[in-house]
This record gives sequence, structure tokens and C-alpha cells, in this order.
Amino acid sequence: MIITKPKPKAKIVEMVEPFKKVFIVGCGTCATSCQTGGEEQVKQLAGMLGKKGVGGVVVEAPCDLRLVKRDLGKSKGKLDGADAILVLSCGAGVQVIGDYSGKAVIPGLDTLFIGKIERIGRLYERCRACTDCLLYETGGICPVTRCSKGLLNGPCGGMADGKCEAGGHTRDCAWVLIYESLKRQGRLGLYSKYRAPRDRSRKAQPQELLSR
Amino acid sequence: MKESYSDLMRALRSGRFVLTGEIEPKKTALLNEAIKSAKEMHGHVVACNVTDNPRGRAYLSSLVVSYAIQRDAGLEAICQMTVRDRNRIAITSELLGAAALGIRNVLTMSGDHTTLSDNPAAMPVYDIDTAQFVRLVRRIVDEGVDLEGNRIVGAVRMHIGIVGNPNAEPLEAELLKIGRKVRLGADFMQTQVIFDIDSAKSFLKEMERHNIPILPGILPCRSHAVAEFVSKNVPGIKVPRDYMEQLKRAEDCQDRHAKRERVDEVNLKYFSSVIQELRKTTRASGAHVMAVGYEGMVRKLAESL
Repeated sequence: MIITKPKPKAKIVEMVEPFKKVFIVGCGTCATSCQTGGEEQVKQLAGMLGKKGVGGVVVEAPCDLRLVKRDLGKSKGKLDGADAILVLSCGAGVQVIGDYSGKAVIPGLDTLFIGKIERIGRLYERCRACTDCLLYETGGICPVTRCSKGLLNGPCGGMADGKCEAGGHTRDCAWVLIYESLKRQGRLGLYSKYRAPRDRSRKAQPQELLSR
Repeated sequence: MKESYSDLMRALRSGRFVLTGEIEPKKTALLNEAIKSAKEMHGHVVACNVTDNPRGRAYLSSLVVSYAIQRDAGLEAICQMTVRDRNRIAITSELLGAAALGIRNVLTMSGDHTTLSDNPAAMPVYDIDTAQFVRLVRRIVDEGVDLEGNRIVGAVRMHIGIVGNPNAEPLEAELLKIGRKVRLGADFMQTQVIFDIDSAKSFLKEMERHNIPILPGILPCRSHAVAEFVSKNVPGIKVPRDYMEQLKRAEDCQDRHAKRERVDEVNLKYFSSVIQELRKTTRASGAHVMAVGYEGMVRKLAESL
């Protein structure tokens, strides 16, 4: 899940200010789960915009151009009349809506991370999209994401009593979790394995996946 | 027998009990304080660590101070280098610079996290970790190539230090990590501060299998306030209550000079006994005295050997 949080109301008001007619697009997938861009939030924002608001719709997944075409096609009239679109989705969705409409887009949310939703109010980062998943050999716990330093070969000197120095020893040290997990699974040999430096060139420029 | 490139390595391999000191450059463009500390420690320690932006504070460069203390004080440097602020390109470049300037020991470290620093909004780099750092230096020294195999002109003669934490809990997670760095080719190890000699002994016993010179870290505190600060702010380090109380009692004195002497007496007694215990009951190769700004105590401990 892509985890988002709403931008401060004052910031949204400031971005919307230059425009006369604003259409709102929500996200039926991640932002709905995060309660940041579902039906309810689209309605709330419409209320906030008052007369500037010219309608809104929740697109199943604003990051998927095929679904954007399908779902926004139904609101073509209102969309054409708007001079800006306020999008309640992750940054990917905002850009797809911008490309599709050619209109000014206003991000209503800040994109935080790829994570786990435990329950509302408890969301945790779990993946950095590093392009080279290590979870098999790290006991199902991602060091790239959950070690504050992204270390691949065990804990640093900042670990104390199983906790991480970043954040003041409140969070678990990822490498202690990995150690415990591998030990439980009888695979501790993997803990001691040397892992070579990551190939960061894959993340050094915008990625594209072009298979056909 | 492997070749020794530095005074430190020669001393460690000679079997004599070795002391190393520590200098912490500050947020300054002046070298004089660091050189003064180095001159005071000269002759009492074999070599001296120069810290690399500890706690993420942006201080005077470790490499520059390492070079300066060797040139101006004749004291060999153990140049601390972290992976916090440099990617593999910068680390390689800095290692070549260190070699060109005659630095013969590098201590490979992760570095305290940027969020704890005086520039907390900085980007944490951590492109490589300390195991990979050891591998990088090994390749440069042994094969004359960088991580990618690109050829380096001129031989790099340098020894690789690693750090270990005898206070780590769970300890096995730390021991396995150290074992990997030894296998990758570390030459010596310095440890996080130990106060409790018994837990240090069991750690050193565990380390015997690795057959690497180890310098346990000791931290004579200049005052009760320093000891209290360490106790409260350095996670995993438990400063013994009786030592703290001894410092407090020693400070209960009006005369400044006498107070200083009384505190020195406490430290000398406490740490010379720690050192004696290390010499008698463990295979520690020496001790790393982290008495930053307390060079007089380094001299006294050296004289007590």
C-alpha cells in the first residue's frame, strides 16, 4: 500500500487560490484504505472549496491510465469546465491525472511510503522498492527499509538492547529482528553471510519497465 | 607473517601491551588544539584515533587532522572514517588521499545517524556498510583495485581497524557481525567503552577464535558530570555506581588543583586496575584510551604500565 497523509488545509487553500473552478479526484485504492482520498474525503474537500468546486469523483486507481480514462470519461463535462484538478492520491496518481487532463493539478496529499496498515492510525514503512528483494535471506524483514542506515551486513554500533539509535532507541533494530527471525527458523547461517554493496545504478535514474 | 605498514601494527604484532589515544576535532578551522593534544600524548600511546564527525556533528576533517598530528606532533594516526557521509566513490577517493598523505591506519565505522546530528536534515549516505568498507580497503591494499576492479596507481599501505561492542545485546548478533568483518580481512579491532571487566572478559574470550589484535576501549572521565553524561546518554554503557561515587567524593573539595588531583587519583586507580586485569586475564593486545581532552590521564596510565 502507498501510504499518504493530507496536506495541511492552509496549504491546499493557498494552492487552490489562483483557480476559479476546481474538480476533485480521489483514489479508490491506496488513499481510500488510508482514509485520505476516498469518497468521504472527496466530499469534505468539495465542502471546503465551496463555489469553486465543480464536482468530484473517486477513480479506482488514479495511477493507472486505463482506469483514469474509464472513470474520468464519465465526468467529462465537469472536468472540461474546471481549470484545475485537486487530486487526493499518491504522487504517481497526481501525475497521471495531469498528463491525462493537461490541466493544472494540485496534490492534496503527501506521499509517505510503501507500507503496512495495521489499523487506522498505525501505519509502518515496509518497502523501499530497492529493485533487488533480499527478504528470503533476511528472515522476512527488510534491512533496506527497516534499518535506519540500510545496512546489509548486520547491526551498527548504535544498537542498544535491541533498539535503534535513530529515533532515540524507541524502534527495534532491524538486524536484531532479522537475527531473531533467522534463528527461530534455523537459518542463522544466512545472517553471517557477506552481502556485497547494492547496485544503486538501478535507482539512479527514473525507472521504466518496458516489456512489450 | 603479514607485513606491518604502521607503528601500531608493528606494536600489536610484537606482543607488547599497546595503548592508543583519541582526538576529537571540533567545529573549528584551527588545528592547534588537536596538535597540542597529540603532542601531550606523544610517547605515551603508540597511535591516536582521530574521530570522524562523531554524533554526526560537522567538525574539522578527520583526514586533515590525522595528517597534521603525524606531521606536526610525530604521532601516528588511526584515521576514523564513517560511511555516513560518503558514498563508495568518496570513500575510495579519501582512502587514496589518506595513503598519499602517509596515513597507515583507518578505522572503519558506520557513523552515528544523521538524525542525531547538528544538521539533522542532512541526507544519510550509507551507500556501503562497514563489512563492505573492509572489503573495499582490502581490495585497494591487496589487489591495487577499487570495488569495481578499476586499477589504482601506486601501492596503498594501510591497516584496517574495525569496531566491536562488548555491551551489545543480543551479543551473538554482534559477535557474528564481527566474525564476518574478520573473515573479510580486518587487521585489528577497537571496542566500545567497557567498564565492567567481567563482561569484557567473556567478550574477549569469545573473540579469541578470531585471532585478531583487540584494544578494549576505556573511558576515564574528567569529572562526575562527564561520567553521568556518559551513563545517561550513551546507550548500552553502564558506568559503575561505585566509580561514579568515587568521582563525586573526589570532587567534594574546595581547592581546584587538589580536586583535579583527587579525580586523577580515582581514575588512575580504577583504570590501571582495569588494565592490569586485562593484561593478566585476557588476550587483549592493549587498551584504547578514549580520554578526549584528558591527555594527562593518558600519560599517567601509560606510566603505570
